[in-house]
Amino acid sequence: MLRNRKALLLLVLILSMVVTLSACGKNDKADDEIRIGVLAPMTGAAATYGESTWNAVVLAAEERNSKGGINGKEIKLFLEDTRLDANEGANGATKLIEQDKVHGIIGAVASSVSMAASSVAQRNEVPMISPTSTNEAVTKQGDFIFRACFIDPFQGYVMAKFAIEELGAKTAAVIYDNGNDYTVGLTENFVKAFEEMGGTVTAKETYAANDQNFSAQLTKIRRDEPDVLFLPDYYNVVGLIARQARDMGIQSTFLGGDGWDSPDLAKIAGPSIEGGYFSNHYSPDNKSPIAEHFIDAYRAKHGSTPDALAALAYDAALVLFEAIERADSTDGKAIRDAMASISNFEVVSGSITFDENRNPVKSAVVLQVDNVHKNSNDEWEAEQKFIKMVNP
Amino acid sequence: MSEALVNFLQQLVNGLQLGSIYALIALGYTMVYGIIRLINFAHGDVYMVGAFIGFFVAGWLGEAAIIPALLLAMIGAALLGVTIERLAYRPLRSAPRLAALTTAIGISLLLENLVRLYVGPNFLAYPEMIKRVNHYFGGVLISNVYMIVFGTAIVLMAGLQYIVVKTKAGKAMRAVAFDKDAARLMGINVDGIISLTFALGSALAAAAGILVGITYGRIDPYMGIIPGLKAFVAAVIGGIGSIPGAMVGGLVMGIAEQMVVGYISSSLRDAVAFFLLIIILLIKPTGLFAEFTQEKV
Repeated sequence: MLRNRKALLLLVLILSMVVTLSACGKNDKADDEIRIGVLAPMTGAAATYGESTWNAVVLAAEERNSKGGINGKEIKLFLEDTRLDANEGANGATKLIEQDKVHGIIGAVASSVSMAASSVAQRNEVPMISPTSTNEAVTKQGDFIFRACFIDPFQGYVMAKFAIEELGAKTAAVIYDNGNDYTVGLTENFVKAFEEMGGTVTAKETYAANDQNFSAQLTKIRRDEPDVLFLPDYYNVVGLIARQARDMGIQSTFLGGDGWDSPDLAKIAGPSIEGGYFSNHYSPDNKSPIAEHFIDAYRAKHGSTPDALAALAYDAALVLFEAIERADSTDGKAIRDAMASISNFEVVSGSITFDENRNPVKSAVVLQVDNVHKNSNDEWEAEQKFIKMVNP
Repeated sequence: MSEALVNFLQQLVNGLQLGSIYALIALGYTMVYGIIRLINFAHGDVYMVGAFIGFFVAGWLGEAAIIPALLLAMIGAALLGVTIERLAYRPLRSAPRLAALTTAIGISLLLENLVRLYVGPNFLAYPEMIKRVNHYFGGVLISNVYMIVFGTAIVLMAGLQYIVVKTKAGKAMRAVAFDKDAARLMGINVDGIISLTFALGSALAAAAGILVGITYGRIDPYMGIIPGLKAFVAAVIGGIGSIPGAMVGGLVMGIAEQMVVGYISSSLRDAVAFFLLIIILLIKPTGLFAEFTQEKV
C-alpha cells in the first residue's frame, strides 16, 4: 500500500514537471518573429543536396532580414537533418512543429522523405513547400503541401522525348531503386513516354538502396546493347552504376534526371559519365535579373556556383516569405491560402503559378556532362553544358 | 558459347569476386570467435578503416601505390584490432559473454562515428589504383581488377592457412582455441596469441576494404555494416570457428547473392544471406565445416 502511494506520488510529481516544462516551451516562443523550419539531408548519401538547400535558405532569410524581415518580424530558421530517411523526415517535421512551433516548413529534398514529412505537416495544418521533391504524389498528401519544382511525369517525358528526337534512340534500358519514390516515378514515366513514342525498352532492372554491386543487373542489360541507359537516381548511385557499366563494356548513352546535379557525380563516376544528359530545373547560364542577383550573392556568401538544389531552395523560401507577407499573419490556414493564390511570381528558376494540385507549371532544361577532367586536387570534375529548354 | 551460358558464367565470375571479399572478412569473425567465443561486431568497421587507410596512403604516395597502400592498411588495421582487443575486450574476458558483445557493438558505433567526424559524412571517390583492362574469354568479361581482387584474396587466404597449420604461432592459436587453460599451463602466452588472432583477422579485413574500394570506386564511413553482417553469416554458414569454413561460406554467399539478383530479383539481395542462414541452422546447425569441439565445462 505504502509502495503504491509512493509510486502515485512519483507519478504526480513527474506529470506536474512535464506540464510545467511544456508550458515553458510555449511561453518562450516570441510573437515578434517568423519561425521557419528546414528539412534537408545534411548527412548521408545526398549530403551535397542538404548543403546547397540550407545555404540558399540562409541566404534568402538573411537578405530578407536585412530589409526588415517579413512585415517587420524577423525570420528565424530551424534546421532538421533528415539523413535522406523517411522516418527521420517525419520525426524532424514533428519536432519542428511541436517543439520549435514553426509557421512554415521548407523541405524536404527527397520525395520519399517529403512524403513522410508532409503527412505530419498536413495533419498539423502547417504549410510546407518542398524545393525539389518531384514525385507527383507529394503534394497529393493535402492542401497544405506545395513544391517549387516540376514533377516526375514531366521529367520522365522530357528525357524520353529527348532520347528519341534528339539522339535518335530506338532502344532503352532502365536500372532503378524500386524502394525510392523518386526513381520509381521517373522510371515509370520515362518508360511510358519512350514506348508511346515508338521506342522499345529492353530491360527494367532494379536494385535496393545502399547496394554497391550492380554487376548482375548490368550483365543482363549488356546483352541487348540498348542505345540509351536511363539512370534515374541521385548522383552517388548514378556515379557507381555509370562506372560499373562502362567497366563492363556497356556503350549506351547515359540519361538521367535532376538527381545528377551534384559536383560529386563526376568525382565518383570519373570519365565514365562524360557525355551523359540529364534534365534539370535551371541552368547557371540563365540570365534573368533575379537569377543573376542570386548567383552573385550565393557565390559571394558561399564561394561556389549554386546548383539547381540551391536555386530551388531559394525559390521555395521566396514563395513562403511572399505568402506570409500576403497573409499578414502566422496562421497556417491564412498562409496556405495566400500561397495557393500566388501566380506569375518571378523566381530564379522561372516564374511560379500553382495549378490546382499546388504544382508550379514550369519548363525544364536538358544539360550535358561535359569536359570531365582532373582538378588541382587530383579529383574528377565536370562542367554542365546547356543543351536545350523543354516547355510543358 | 550460347548467350545463356555466357550470362551464367559472367554471373558466376562476378559472384566469385564478391564471395572472395566476404570470405576475407568472414575469416576475422571466425578466428576471433574460435579463440575467445566473441562475435566481434566491430570487425566490419575495421574493414572500413582499412579502406580509409588505403585511401589516405594513395592520396599521399599517389594512385599507383597499391602495394604500400595494401601493406600499410593491413598493418594499421592489425594495430587497431590489437588495440581494440587490449582496451575493450580483454578487461571483459571473464565477464558474461553478453557484456563483451555489447561492447563490440559500442566499438563499432565509435569507429563509424570517429571516421565520420574526421572525413565527413559524404561518400568519397576511391583512387584508381589499378588501370582497368578488360579481357573477354568467349564473351565472359574478366577484367584485370577481377583477377587482382580474386588473386589477392586467394594469396592472403593461403597465407593465413599456412600460418595456422604450419607455424608454431598457428599451432599455439589452435591450442588456445581448443583449451585456453591447458594452453596456458603448457607455457603458451595466451594474451599474445589472442592479440595475434585479432591482428591477422583485422589485416585481412583491411585488405578486403581496399579491394572493395578499388572494385566499386566509392567508400563511406558506414560501408562496413552490411558486408560485415553478411560476412558474419558467411562465417556461420561455413561453421563458425572453422577457417576453411569461412572461405567456403564467403564464396557460397557471394555466388548465391549474385545468382539471386541475376535470375530472381534484386530485392532479395540481402534476404538471400539470411535465408541461407536459416536453412543451414535448420539442417546443419554447426555449419558446413563444423569444427570438432566438445562442450568444455
